Amino acid sequence: MMLKIDNLHARVDGKDILKGLDLEVAPGEVHAIMGPNGSGKSTLGHVLAGRPGYQHTAGSAMLLGQDLLALETEERAHLGLFLAFQYPVEIPGVSNMEFLKAAVDSSREARGEKPLDSVSFMKRARAICEEVDLDQAFLKRGVNEGFSGGEKKRNELMQMMLLEPKLCILDETDSGLDIDALQRVAEGVNAMRDGKRAFVLITHYQRLLNYIEPDHVHVLSGGRIVRSGDKSLAHELEEKGYSWLEDVA
Amino acid sequence: MTTFMQQPLAAAPRAAPGWLADTLRRGQTAWSERRMPTRKTEAWKYNDLRALQHSFTPPTAGAPPTLEGIDLPQLAGSRLVFTDGVYCADSSSLALPEGVQLVRFADADAEEAAAIVARLGTAVNHGRHVFAPLNDATLADGVFLRVAADTVVDQPVHIVWLTSGRADALGVTQRLLVDMGTHSQATVVETFANTETGGVAFTNGITELLLAEGAHLQHNRLHLEHGRAVHIGGVHALLAANANLNSFHLALGSDLKRIDIVVQHEGPGAHSDVNGIYLPRNEEQVDYHTCIEHAVPHCTSNETFRGIIADQARAIFNGRIHIHPDAQKTRAQLSNKNLLTSNEAEVNTKPELEIYADDVQCAHGATVAQMDATALHYLRTRGVSRAEAEVMLSYGFVNELVGAVPCEAVRDYLKPLLAKRFARTPKLARHLT
Repeated sequence: MMLKIDNLHARVDGKDILKGLDLEVAPGEVHAIMGPNGSGKSTLGHVLAGRPGYQHTAGSAMLLGQDLLALETEERAHLGLFLAFQYPVEIPGVSNMEFLKAAVDSSREARGEKPLDSVSFMKRARAICEEVDLDQAFLKRGVNEGFSGGEKKRNELMQMMLLEPKLCILDETDSGLDIDALQRVAEGVNAMRDGKRAFVLITHYQRLLNYIEPDHVHVLSGGRIVRSGDKSLAHELEEKGYSWLEDVA
Repeated sequence: MTTFMQQPLAAAPRAAPGWLADTLRRGQTAWSERRMPTRKTEAWKYNDLRALQHSFTPPTAGAPPTLEGIDLPQLAGSRLVFTDGVYCADSSSLALPEGVQLVRFADADAEEAAAIVARLGTAVNHGRHVFAPLNDATLADGVFLRVAADTVVDQPVHIVWLTSGRADALGVTQRLLVDMGTHSQATVVETFANTETGGVAFTNGITELLLAEGAHLQHNRLHLEHGRAVHIGGVHALLAANANLNSFHLALGSDLKRIDIVVQHEGPGAHSDVNGIYLPRNEEQVDYHTCIEHAVPHCTSNETFRGIIADQARAIFNGRIHIHPDAQKTRAQLSNKNLLTSNEAEVNTKPELEIYADDVQCAHGATVAQMDATALHYLRTRGVSRAEAEVMLSYGFVNELVGAVPCEAVRDYLKPLLAKRFARTPKLARHLT
């Protein structure tokens, strides 16, 4: 199993947000997690990535058989976890290039590999820049500094492609994107599907799933998964909205 | 503090040129009337002056410190080196293009002496700067840089002031007078450093920058002194019409550093950029007091200072913008940001605006924050270790200001210097650019 979450409980600011979440993701699968605002979708991503302030209170989350929640944030990344942020962070003064190189080298080092030499890295970074349709000038700018919403999301995608993670969690990557940018991001994700890498797409809308076809769709409400199904569930949600879930939950 | 206040009068300075006699006398008279600032003196209320509790004496004969082991900017162009206040010909090199004079006070001929006397002290408000008379009173040598009208100097002029801890308490006086002719251009780099310290070395330094109409000066003042070094001094600039000053400052910490920077815009169209970085750690103390004076209309000034304060260190920043009644259409901005990397670090920052004209644009702001937890987390989610992420964020915090230094050679010198400063091991600095 790639990811196995069992009865996960988590608290933010003294408030219980996740209340017994179960989820299993096998290698190669794409899972979509949908749900109304405040249902705990983003919290799930943050808890798995170890964000400060997101306190795990019960249950477990295993990535490739390892206790994810016992690891430092960077160790989770080394193990193969990648969270594409809903709101990527702007870091003026730290160039995108040095950031990307530091990320790639750290992961390689954790795997016992030598750091990439600068030339090979630059070549690879430039190629991926082109693939996600970001101007190369973005490599020299501060991390996400002054990037538009779409540029930030494509920068997340670029990091994902460079780091080649085993499990990618995309937190509302579709929010704030116009249809062209959305298609571009979807193409990038689809290109990374290789039968082994797994994806968890956290999204409020069904729209993204027109471009990235999920194997499983889950509905998160009140901190638990209340329904699971195939992609037709997403269409059902689109038609009915989320209000009917309250009865289920 | 009595001994400190009296010592320069008791210990006569080394032989100063005769034409400086009036300056010395004026300085000694003014200094004898000074009272040491205390915690009740507004401009000194955060300074801990205990590092001055010594009877400082001028250096006596003996082997001066060498530059060995000191990482100085390697710049093309002229270099003057002073060790413990004494000119060091062996380490200096003079390669001056036409139209440039670089003269030591001790070597000045009659014409040069007259030019120095006419200008020396004209940019310094002796009433406001407590320690300025001490500089005058103990002046033995100094540097006069004169760039003739319309002369463009490509290579930087580098002046190194080095002190040692070879005596128990050494007092050194530094003075630089820069006279930029109309429409001239030059770059000046001042580097202050010290050898491994034993005793205290106290430097009293004054740099005066006089910019005639349309002159452009890029000035860098790098304070690398560490340990028990004490520096009290300042930079005083006078800008005539359409003159342009870019002044960059760096202070690593030591027992006590207090630098006053005063820029007076005295002709319409004058512009100044004053940027600085201060990085005290351990129990070090750094204080920048800046004052931007706008006396006439249509001048602009930008000032940005950033500090990273670590361990139990303390930083003080005071940024004053003074817009006089006639200075309409002034545009002035001031920003000071501070990063505290320990719970015991302290910064006292105070932007001050005094505006007496009604048609001006003036903005100021100061922030004090800890390392951005969100940014730190973001880097770590990409696999970067906490230690390396902290180094990257610290470096990034000041990197923008380094990037804005016009002189490429200075930038190339500062980047590895700062990388080394923030990273305990070279590996942690490997991704800094």
